[in-house]
Amino acid sequence: MTTTPPPTGPGAAGRGSTGPAVDVRGLRKSYGAKQAVDGIDLRVERGEIFAVLGPNGAGKTTTVEILEGFRRRDAGEVRVLGEDPQTAGRAWRSRIGVVLQDSRDQAELTVAEIVRHFATFYPAPRDPDEVIDAVGLREKARTRTRQLSGGQRRRLDVALGIVGRPELLFLDEPTTGFDPQARRAFWALVRSLREDGTTILLTTHYLDEAAHLADRAAVVRAGRVVALDAPDRLGGPGARRPEVRWLDDGAWRSERTDSPTAFVASLAARHAGPDGEVPGLAVTRPSLEDVYLELIGELAAAPAAAPSRVAATDSPVPPAEGRTPDGTTAVVPEEARP
Amino acid sequence: MTTAPTAPRTTRSPRAVALPSPGRLGIERTRAELRAFFRERDAVIFIFTYPLIMLAIFATVFDGQDQGTAGYSVPFAQYFLPGMIATGVMLTSFQSLAISIAVERDDGSLKRLRSTPLPPSAYFYGKVGLVLLTSVVQTALLLALAATVYDVPMPWEMPDGGARLATFAWVFVLGCASGAVCGVAFSSLPRSGKSATAVVTPVVLVLQFISGVFFAFFALPSWMQTVASLFPLKWMAQGMRSVFLPEQAAALEPSGSWQHGATAAVLVAWLVVGLVVGARSFRWRRRDDG
Repeated sequence: MTTTPPPTGPGAAGRGSTGPAVDVRGLRKSYGAKQAVDGIDLRVERGEIFAVLGPNGAGKTTTVEILEGFRRRDAGEVRVLGEDPQTAGRAWRSRIGVVLQDSRDQAELTVAEIVRHFATFYPAPRDPDEVIDAVGLREKARTRTRQLSGGQRRRLDVALGIVGRPELLFLDEPTTGFDPQARRAFWALVRSLREDGTTILLTTHYLDEAAHLADRAAVVRAGRVVALDAPDRLGGPGARRPEVRWLDDGAWRSERTDSPTAFVASLAARHAGPDGEVPGLAVTRPSLEDVYLELIGELAAAPAAAPSRVAATDSPVPPAEGRTPDGTTAVVPEEARP
Repeated sequence: MTTAPTAPRTTRSPRAVALPSPGRLGIERTRAELRAFFRERDAVIFIFTYPLIMLAIFATVFDGQDQGTAGYSVPFAQYFLPGMIATGVMLTSFQSLAISIAVERDDGSLKRLRSTPLPPSAYFYGKVGLVLLTSVVQTALLLALAATVYDVPMPWEMPDGGARLATFAWVFVLGCASGAVCGVAFSSLPRSGKSATAVVTPVVLVLQFISGVFFAFFALPSWMQTVASLFPLKWMAQGMRSVFLPEQAAALEPSGSWQHGATAAVLVAWLVVGLVVGARSFRWRRRDDG
């Protein structure tokens, strides 16, 4: 038996035509009166993991399904692997891999049967057994699909998405409903695909997923890209300026500053109580989640008013601590707690 | 395998390798369809073995009785078998496809297949392969059961055996074809995969009762006969009776003859209607999926 190892390194990345994997300009799509996609520009380079972040209904799936060739656009220029998905044929489909959002299909076939079956659709497929190994389903190869857990089912979806040796893989909200451990394993799998030279376009509403996987991320709100950068730079430097918070005569005060240490020192000099402590002192660096919520316009609406409302009570409740996705400790005002 | 010397491999672009042909993929699809079909308990019971079970029950209960009028009658099992063959063809073509495609559309199978380089033709070749193989095997089992247990004479043992087999062949093929395309067209009607069985089964059941499958066709009220004449099952059953019953039994038909011309015309008409409606209404995605 010949074993063809999956392509690795630059040789794989260099397959097919050159130029960006995905090039989108001025994409528009409406459903009746609803403008689902309202002028999106995107450029995904070959070999990168690109995340499209956004709340439900922001237009992520519509955008991706236009790129996959499932939907027709109303306006705009779209090139995926150099071709227009609306008119591209079988040869183009053999170069992309698609992992759709929900999957309950092919319930009666076993993992090995279905992966082997899908491999026959492609001109130069990966070895099905190696693909099953790669997604960690060797133990389940003879199990019928209906008996798989959610995480196993999703890994099977990825196996079916990559068995044709795609140059570009679409993952639409791949880890929804995963437990944390399954999610970590899934992320490792996605990163290994990138190392094999596969370009990956991922939609997600999990920020930690974008932070862990993506080289770049676009935040989409109401059908538009509102920010596009590496996850740790989204929103620009101003969005991550640390915030100092403290209690001043029972009222919450806050200040955003680039030099929190100096600010806290001066605060200690002015406001420290008899015990030398500043009441309620906290220094927070906006997490990706804070930046994201601000970008999609959630912060502006609700929790901004929280500190003053806390101040209205006689005995302010100490803020609760919570771990944010990027590991910093965030202080959550009472009103903002779930 | 010998390790080839590392010759400078020119860029192995996947596009340089030919895409597999639709014919080959049709065979792959047929294999997958058959596997899935015979593992689905509902399909095996209500589509594949249903006519066999019905034949066994009815032929046993009415053993020794005749079906006919004062003037002429044939043994019950002999009259019942053609109806069961026609029902089987309708189940394995129409009911099988109408339900399975509705379910596949609802659970995302169709959308997933559409995202691969599988050509649509190969998907339908797979369905054709499924329908042909299941109905051929089902009919063979029905014949074997009828011949061995209920002593029904087989057409090749009867006078005019060659002509009877020819009639059997065209009624069978035309019945499968029109049932299959109507099944594809009908699959767009159920609103979800869950409701598919509930929407498709009553249609099939009603047709069985009014088309001379469970009750002798000549014994039905004439308005019911007229309604049944609009649909293919009545004609398939009648065509099959012309294969399995003695020539004199044509007198039991309301028209007094086997009406082969009308049978062919109705089946072809449904084939054309099914093709046109099916081709226009077929969708790879759910209705609520934009």
